[in-house]
Amino acid sequence: MSEMLFEIRDLRLSFADLAHKPLFGAAPRIEVLKGLNFDIPRGDVIGIVGGSGSGKSTLGRAMVRLLDVDSGQIRFDGTDISQMDEATLRPLRRRIQMIFQDPMSSLNPRHRVATLIAEPLRLHGFDQVAERVDFALSQVGLPLAFRNRYPHELSGGQRQRVGIARAIATEPEFILADEVVSGLDVSSQAQVLNLLEKLVSDMGLTLGFISHDLSVVRRLCKTTLVLHQGKIVEQASTQALFDAPQAQYTRDLLDAIPLPEVTPGWLD
Amino acid sequence: MSFLELKNLNARVGPLPILRDVSLQVAPGEVRALVGESGAGKSMIGKAILGTLPDAIRITGGEILLEGEDLQAMSPKDRRRMIGAKVALIPQDPLTALNPARRVGPQICNRLVDILGWRRREAEARVIELLHEVHIPAPERVMRAYPHELSGGMRQRILIASAFAAEPQLIIADEPTTALDVTVQKQILRLIRDMQARHGTALLFVTHDLGVVSKLCQSMTVLFGGKVLEDTSVDQFFSAPDHAYSAALLAATPKYTDPGGSLMPVPEATIHAVEAEIAAHDLAHQTETVRQ
Ligand SMILES: Nc1ncnc2c1ncn2[C@@H]1O[C@H](COP(=O)(O)OP(=O)(O)OP(=O)(O)O)[C@@H](O)[C@H]1O
Ligand SMILES: Nc1ncnc2c1ncn2[C@@H]1O[C@H](COP(=O)(O)OP(=O)(O)OP(=O)(O)O)[C@@H](O)[C@H]1O
Ligand SMILES: [Mg+2]
Ligand SMILES: [Mg+2]
Repeated sequence: MSEMLFEIRDLRLSFADLAHKPLFGAAPRIEVLKGLNFDIPRGDVIGIVGGSGSGKSTLGRAMVRLLDVDSGQIRFDGTDISQMDEATLRPLRRRIQMIFQDPMSSLNPRHRVATLIAEPLRLHGFDQVAERVDFALSQVGLPLAFRNRYPHELSGGQRQRVGIARAIATEPEFILADEVVSGLDVSSQAQVLNLLEKLVSDMGLTLGFISHDLSVVRRLCKTTLVLHQGKIVEQASTQALFDAPQAQYTRDLLDAIPLPEVTPGWLD
Repeated sequence: MSFLELKNLNARVGPLPILRDVSLQVAPGEVRALVGESGAGKSMIGKAILGTLPDAIRITGGEILLEGEDLQAMSPKDRRRMIGAKVALIPQDPLTALNPARRVGPQICNRLVDILGWRRREAEARVIELLHEVHIPAPERVMRAYPHELSGGMRQRILIASAFAAEPQLIIADEPTTALDVTVQKQILRLIRDMQARHGTALLFVTHDLGVVSKLCQSMTVLFGGKVLEDTSVDQFFSAPDHAYSAALLAATPKYTDPGGSLMPVPEATIHAVEAEIAAHDLAHQTETVRQ
């Protein structure tokens, strides 16, 4: 067992720019991740913050290998998974889960909540599926009656919690949570964050937490990484980052947070 | 006169109340926040106004007035025309609002072309101009992209731009900045405020983010379990909220300047008290119906 759960080395990823594809020949590439390096120790909660389009979701999807990378290494528990094929990855998928940014589009609209949560359990050969589904629902604070609902019968925040229940059901070692609390009110937010914290402290979960809500990041994450245009501009303990931000971009982020108090002229 | 007025609006799914005697008003040019926890019925209010409630949900009483005209008394065609010309929605889930199989540009120009009868070229030029304003780099490229090729925040900004394109008189914005980082959020809030000031657009701003409310809105409606708990000015809410639930909500909101602050939900006792208040309302309402 490696002390570092993830070691990312010179990770690069680009997309084909189809809008600029010439009539003949290959489309030009847009570089989205431009050589990232960082480690995630076991049991850490790492915040990933940065501007819209800076590459946070892309980084997340690369780490859980939903995207192929151009080059570089993604070592998970000591093994480089960056070039692994699907068959080799299969047993690892139970240990690495992602909760997606757009809850509606990541849930099959034709399946009921119970089926959605059961899906990864079945895929990885778990027993007592029904009990595990109920347990996951109760952990995210959804009534058991929601088992029979379809995604379109839920509010935005309720759908978000179904996505979370689905990810925690297989008891993974690593969860990458992409903007999971941004659609939630403070009570549901507190409930979900307390749950994630509990999974970290009791079950040894390691958490990657993509969020634009810096108040939540400050409260939840031990270390924080700031991404700007595909590069890491700052990486520090969360406390150091908030107390003495080094990069100009980090300072801009902190300045733009709207605190819940009336401040005339704030928008000017 | 209010531009939009809901009078004692009630809605149910089966026997279950989703909206309970909801009344609220938005004056021309007013920016009103609609806050409340997940499942409180915020999106349903927006959908009731637009006439896009899911089939399972029925309006069982009350009025929805736009410029004094009762929307529910209109023919579906007239209603669509009036809404199309005067109201725009920024939807909560940007990915589902866009057809994944079609390029972004034509989709967002459709409202201008189909409902308002603009020429496609005019519509495109206007949208590109607005994409610049919401700080989308290379708008021409983005117009030709498919939704999955864009980041979450880009999709959200595209929908914001298309809502403003036809200069509607009322915008219903359902959590429009949730997927945005704070620097872009601030730009967007500024943009909304400027456009709103320039065109006198009224705004019903659905959100759970009290930070955003405090910076953008003038008035607010606090919703819980489909019932309005408090209708107040933003100044009043942030200095001395009237309802115990509002005070608890404010106290539970995390602040990055207060790292030791606990992530405590609204206390259960407060929730129970509100639930009791709602149960009492339902009971009174029932006896009323029986008496009628
Ligand atoms: N499948 C794709 N094809 C082409 N470009 C893509 C694709 N997916 C993402 N991109 C581009 O990669 C960049 C980074 O996108 P990403 O979704 O990682 O941003 P993000 O940091 O998560 O932003 P947000 O905070 O808005 O969600 C964007 O410019 C986006 O347009
Ligand atoms: N088609 C449906 N059938 C049955 N119940 C529904 C349906 N759609 C929504 N609901 C319920 O109606 C209630 C109000 O939903 P609504 O989407 O308005 O909540 P919301 O306040 O917008 O919450 P959020 O902040 O999570 O988006 C919720 O309890 C939801 O579960
Ligand atoms: Mg993203
Ligand atoms: Mg909603």
